[in-house]
Amino acid sequence: MTDHSDIDSVSGKSTTGHEWDGIRELNTPLPRWWVISFYLTIVWAIGYWIVYPAWPLIQGNTTGLFGYSSRANVAVEFANLEKIRGDKMAALGAASLADIEKDPALLALARAKGKTVFGDNCAPCHGSGAAGAKGYPNLNDDDWLWGGTLDQIMQTIQYGARSGHAKTHEGQMLAFGKDGVLKPDEIVTVANYVRSLSGLSTGKGYDAVKGEKIFAENCVACHGDGGKGNQELGAPNLTDKIWLYGADEPTLIETISQGRAGVMPAWEGRLDPATIKAMAVYVHSLGGGK
Amino acid sequence: MNKTVNPNELTSDDDYGPLYAARKKVYPQSVSGTFRRIKWGLMAFCLGVYYFLPFVRWNRGLGAPSQAVLIDLPNSRFYFFFIELWPQEVYYFTGLLIVAAVALFLMNSIGGRIWCGYLCPQTVWTDLFYAVERFVEGDRRERMRKDKSSGALTLKRGSEIALKHSIWLLIAWWTGGAWVLYFNDAPTLVKELLTFQAPMIAYIWIGILTATTYVLAGHMREQVCTYMCPWPRIQAALTDEWALNVTYRYDRGEKRTSVKKAAELRAIGEHVGDCVDCYQCVAVCPTGIDIRNGPQLECIQCGLCIDACDNVMTKIGRPTRLIGYDNDINIQRRQNGKAPIYRIVRPRTIIYSAMIAAVGGIMLYTLATRSLLDVNVLHDRNPIAVKLSDGSIRNAYTVRLLNKSGYDRVVAIDADGPANPTVHVVGVDSVTPDRPMIVIPRDSTSELRLLVTAPAESNPEKSIPVHFHVTDIGLGEAASATDNFVSP
Repeated sequence: MTDHSDIDSVSGKSTTGHEWDGIRELNTPLPRWWVISFYLTIVWAIGYWIVYPAWPLIQGNTTGLFGYSSRANVAVEFANLEKIRGDKMAALGAASLADIEKDPALLALARAKGKTVFGDNCAPCHGSGAAGAKGYPNLNDDDWLWGGTLDQIMQTIQYGARSGHAKTHEGQMLAFGKDGVLKPDEIVTVANYVRSLSGLSTGKGYDAVKGEKIFAENCVACHGDGGKGNQELGAPNLTDKIWLYGADEPTLIETISQGRAGVMPAWEGRLDPATIKAMAVYVHSLGGGK
Repeated sequence: MNKTVNPNELTSDDDYGPLYAARKKVYPQSVSGTFRRIKWGLMAFCLGVYYFLPFVRWNRGLGAPSQAVLIDLPNSRFYFFFIELWPQEVYYFTGLLIVAAVALFLMNSIGGRIWCGYLCPQTVWTDLFYAVERFVEGDRRERMRKDKSSGALTLKRGSEIALKHSIWLLIAWWTGGAWVLYFNDAPTLVKELLTFQAPMIAYIWIGILTATTYVLAGHMREQVCTYMCPWPRIQAALTDEWALNVTYRYDRGEKRTSVKKAAELRAIGEHVGDCVDCYQCVAVCPTGIDIRNGPQLECIQCGLCIDACDNVMTKIGRPTRLIGYDNDINIQRRQNGKAPIYRIVRPRTIIYSAMIAAVGGIMLYTLATRSLLDVNVLHDRNPIAVKLSDGSIRNAYTVRLLNKSGYDRVVAIDADGPANPTVHVVGVDSVTPDRPMIVIPRDSTSELRLLVTAPAESNPEKSIPVHFHVTDIGLGEAASATDNFVSP
């Protein structure tokens, strides 16, 4: 036991013998179970070092007794997830596009799957919300180059446009200026005519009769009578309010002079059929689908 | 440091003192009286509610849980009799916690740590475990004698110890068992548990709570209150001089002397106190303190010492309540010959009561007026607006409809804001033009993609508010939400 001189005269309790500026610390020890618990946590921590990966080495780290690795666990989780989703994705692959639209569960799955796949594969060109950009169509609106039904959308995704795939959409806007088919003043005239088709203003001194004549001779073959477009050829409707490259005069002159041939890659082979189906449903459900 | 310590001299425990203090085991004696009866009553009530509430049924219709109180984690629902709460209504629990905390403050400002003495689970279960111990091993003196007696373990003593721990474990096991019943249909789960078909997590929780109940109530007892619980420290900051604490009225008690000597001294007109130093208040104390040393951290305010002292006072023919719920102000007043005053209504208690009333009132009001049909709307951010081929402007919204009722609903959705809008829900063919009808299954949510289109000639401003009205076409119940309609 403690020496008698270590007894605090005021409280009558023993002290630890430590003294700071004349103040001595009373000995108020912890309960035994508390101290034992504390030692047990230390033992536990040492056990943890041995059982689990813990110490960094120069290359790598200690791997622990059981070779536990959170990375391996994640891999297993992912594999399990694929297994769980397998049935649902198989059901999606087996169903027709029309059936998916009618089944709320399949529709929800297709939209969810389509959305993530769209973000990974399509967003670089079409934007994360499919709003498009100059030269890249907005998939939310109701205007479609190659058709907006479920089947048409799926076909476009599968084979692409001018993608080099055997079944790809073909058709291009000729370079009327560059190839010398039209003279510069004819191009200005026809550009103004095209603007007039969708009700936009035309430039000063513009000859509507001449414009209509040039259009009929050069453009109707693809864009159709009155410029209503042709989805077989991917020729846009020129009478509506949506312009892929822009409706202002300089842009139209550039389009007519240089031609346009935007490319959409084919996704067949890169994505599995069920995923392509899901994406078609997702794009269709954005609101513009026919 | 004034003293230089030579490390070579400090080599044994003797120089430092012991590293730990051995526990002084407490042997509370049984006692009868007012506060003991209150404690029994509260224990029966609290444990009765805890153990049997899961078996109370409540009819919610076909397919819905028929348990009155159920925490349905897989489906994220909480059922409390007629109330069904969804995860987004978790603020009711926040309100409940605020009320509980302020109620604790109020209790504390009126009667000190009465929570600790009467209602705290640690107290309730420890008290129950002490009752078992007394029943099996006898009262204080017997238990002390049995613990002290050394020598070979007799069969009788061994079976006594085994019986005590068996009953303790049984209570602990049932405590854990009742816990898991709140998370699943109780009769079904009991059947599953008995046939070992229940989910592993149920057995794990029963195991955890069996162990904690057995260790905390059976073995650690008052040490939980003294060493582990923060409340004794917190309550010191919450109390004031008017709070009623279990108090030894030293003005009446001192000087202590034996009954016989007191009678003699009183006969010759000398002043003596009522305390006869019988140590009954110490013997019955579950935390093993002497209340006559004044208010102290270990005291849980259970009032058993009051009962013990009252019994003694009655026996020796002195007035009771030498120990009672009182405060120092009154002791001082008595010493100065003034009548004691008790002040329960004080600014502190008024504020606490008002807070409880306000928070409770808000909760009751919102609970009574909450809608069982709800709608949330989120505007598409990308693209924020779409121009269609005929020049009209379309905005897309993600609409989430919540049907918290026990029946399927057919609702109609209207939108107003832009002039002559058309409203369309993707995947739904509208029966009535521009008024989509949706079926929301009971007790579920439906997420929809909703498109609002304003005709080109309406020429809407850059941003105008749009209101969505969802109406149950059968019952007329309605909900609405507001967002914006944006033009490019």
